[in-house]
Amino acid sequence: MAYDLKDVVANKPSRFTEGHRMCAGCGAPVVARMIMRALKEEDHAVVANATGCMEVSTFIYPYTAWTDSFIHTAFECAGATCAGAEAAYKSMKKQGKLPENKTTKFIAFGGDGGTYDIGLQSLSGAMERGHDMVYVCYDNGAYMNTGIQRSSATPRFADTTTSPAGTVIPGKMQVRKDLAKIMVGHHIPYVAQTLAMTNFKDLYEKSEKAIYTEGPAFLNVMAPCPRGWGYPTEDLMKINKLAADTCYWPLYEVVDGKYKITYKPAKKLPIEEFLRPQKRFKHMFKPGNEWMIEEFQKEVDARWQELLDLEEITNRE
Amino acid sequence: MSIRERLSGNEATAIAMKQINPDVVAAFPITPSTEIPQYFSTFVANGEVDTEFVAVESEHSAMSATIGAEAAGARAMTATSANGLSLMWEMIYIASSLRLPIVMALVNRAVSGPLNIHNDHSDAMGVRDAGWIMLFSENNQEAYDNMLMAHRIAEHKDVLLPVMICQDGFITSHSIENIQLETDEEVRKFVGQYKPEHYLLNDKEPIAIGPLDLQAYLFEHKAGQAEAMRNAKKVIKEVAEDFEKWTGRKYEFFEKYKLDDAEIAIVCMNSTAGTTKAVVDRLRAQGVKAGLLKVRMYRPFPVEEVAEALSHLKAVAVLDKADSLNGAGGALFEDITSAMYVNKKQVPMVNYIYGIGGRDTTEKQLESVFEDLKEISNTSEVGNPYRYLGLRKGEK
Amino acid sequence: MTEINSKTPMEELTKGGNIYNAGNAKEFKTGDWRSMKPVWIEEKCKQCGLCFPVCPDNSIPVGKDLKRKDYNYDYCKGCGVCAKVCPFGAIEMKEEGV
Repeated sequence: MAYDLKDVVANKPSRFTEGHRMCAGCGAPVVARMIMRALKEEDHAVVANATGCMEVSTFIYPYTAWTDSFIHTAFECAGATCAGAEAAYKSMKKQGKLPENKTTKFIAFGGDGGTYDIGLQSLSGAMERGHDMVYVCYDNGAYMNTGIQRSSATPRFADTTTSPAGTVIPGKMQVRKDLAKIMVGHHIPYVAQTLAMTNFKDLYEKSEKAIYTEGPAFLNVMAPCPRGWGYPTEDLMKINKLAADTCYWPLYEVVDGKYKITYKPAKKLPIEEFLRPQKRFKHMFKPGNEWMIEEFQKEVDARWQELLDLEEITNRE
Repeated sequence: MSIRERLSGNEATAIAMKQINPDVVAAFPITPSTEIPQYFSTFVANGEVDTEFVAVESEHSAMSATIGAEAAGARAMTATSANGLSLMWEMIYIASSLRLPIVMALVNRAVSGPLNIHNDHSDAMGVRDAGWIMLFSENNQEAYDNMLMAHRIAEHKDVLLPVMICQDGFITSHSIENIQLETDEEVRKFVGQYKPEHYLLNDKEPIAIGPLDLQAYLFEHKAGQAEAMRNAKKVIKEVAEDFEKWTGRKYEFFEKYKLDDAEIAIVCMNSTAGTTKAVVDRLRAQGVKAGLLKVRMYRPFPVEEVAEALSHLKAVAVLDKADSLNGAGGALFEDITSAMYVNKKQVPMVNYIYGIGGRDTTEKQLESVFEDLKEISNTSEVGNPYRYLGLRKGEK
Repeated sequence: MTEINSKTPMEELTKGGNIYNAGNAKEFKTGDWRSMKPVWIEEKCKQCGLCFPVCPDNSIPVGKDLKRKDYNYDYCKGCGVCAKVCPFGAIEMKEEGV
């Protein structure tokens, strides 16, 4: 059935409740709720969450915002924790210890800290071993839970509390790690990059595919952080749209190794449009720092071109 | 009907795991416990168990996956040694705090560094306050038997704590000795089915595990773990009694070897107890009233019972196969002396750090300890209580 | 599950901090975080649906008739994302308590 935003929101219950304590305007609950909605209503889910903003704000004893089963163990091991639960399911199902007519799906959530950095090994192991699970990285481009420290997902030049824009070093000097491609390198059946845009179709459909593709799947979802990025909270959806329209955050999926770009902006906007509203890039707009914007644009263009090439190459007959 | 076999400690452990037939085993190889996942994955490959074997990429993931599986409602097990346990360390605390009755085989080995693959107890001692029940095993038979008892203890509703079954790396894990095995059927009957009350895979009651537990609650949750640890004593005793009824093999919190009428005694754990027994026998033949207390249940620590058992002695030597590097003796010594003090038992005591990094511990060395104890009991002078056994040291 | 709060004795807390009534965060109201308040102007609303999914706090109830209702102010933190996405000016942000 074709995606209908209103129908999805009205008729598929929220499995991520209100009463959580994420910051006002946080991008993470918005995407997490939609991802959870992509589950079939009759299916049960086990959610594993890495330590991070989302975990410490959604399960503060004695309150949980998750209506499915949920487990948090530590920062770097959502992948392995989820994999263990999935192995239990496989084993117990096979032995007839669980009801035959009930399906449980396994979804791990981690921020970029818990995924790109400290949890990369655990994620890689879980994907390589072929567990039937989805790992979702909600990428807000820094360690927000501990107060905006740089991560390997932090874009170049961003001002963070451990890559401050100083008088000698102008913010983070390294480019972002391309995690989605690292996951493609695991030769898993489904990898996608997405964000919440306008009617959430891209996010919802990719979530559905990720959850219901047999075997491991990985979703990299941009989730803006108004506090860490320094933009007014109400601009969440504008920032999302600009990330897609500047090709800073390309929307694509890789199904069995074949790339498909799911959103090609009619008019690719200059990267300034995405950078300017965010305080973390403010220093880039000072006179004399034009080179930084140029470098940033070059990087975005190179990655975008690479993606276009990959789409072309992997779909050749 | 028991089956006579000849097995190494690792084989015995792997066979116990096969007979238990857990739902999930997640493990990563590390010397000297590597054989356990090797044997076990062979059982899986040959369809001898129903287990899902997860060949994880690290010990951190081994414990994380074991936690995930146990929380999901499965019976989950793992095995490791030394640095593997060190890498798990964070998850070791989390496993016990989540009250998951995981069972792990720990084949004791020196923790780096410098790197060493041989036996001492520094790995186990590093997690002695982590909220795991810790049972030590003198030989392959005890490693096997303790493993068969582990789930009944861990899964008891008044306990719900993880259990670690320790044995000495190489000395026990790789030595082939005679052993009495029980039949698969009997083992499964004894161990029973695992029926968790709450678990992730119960779609009728979704649950949340592992909260942010702030100032208003963590204290009480920790005290709950301590309470469960106290409860475990009774359960460990009951399970051992049932086990004895079944197999005829008797297990207590500790083994008293010619201790009741002894005047001097050694306290130690794991394989050193075997060597000590031989020394005690020889000294007894010479008319020396020597004895041994071998600690089996290290966590929970049998405080009153140990104090009572040692109270009549004239001198006691506690042997620690791990140095706490605190300038004040090993962990077992601290536990024993503290137990004595609190229970108002005053016995001269001396501590020996020994066997570090797999250094052989000989009968001769243990005889020298009893010589020292004779001296102490004659003079009532302990001198330096913090000693080494088998350490090369210059005269100065 | 019995009510748990900071006065609950240890014996009555759940083991390991487990929670058995999933989704009970609803019992925790976050509406008092708000300094700005979204006001829904029903007459201007075309029920386009764009505001439905953007609320981080699930505070825009949507009925089976596929139409949104007025805000659930028990949880709305006043972030303003909904007002910003509305193409019809049907949501206005007003200062709380004014």
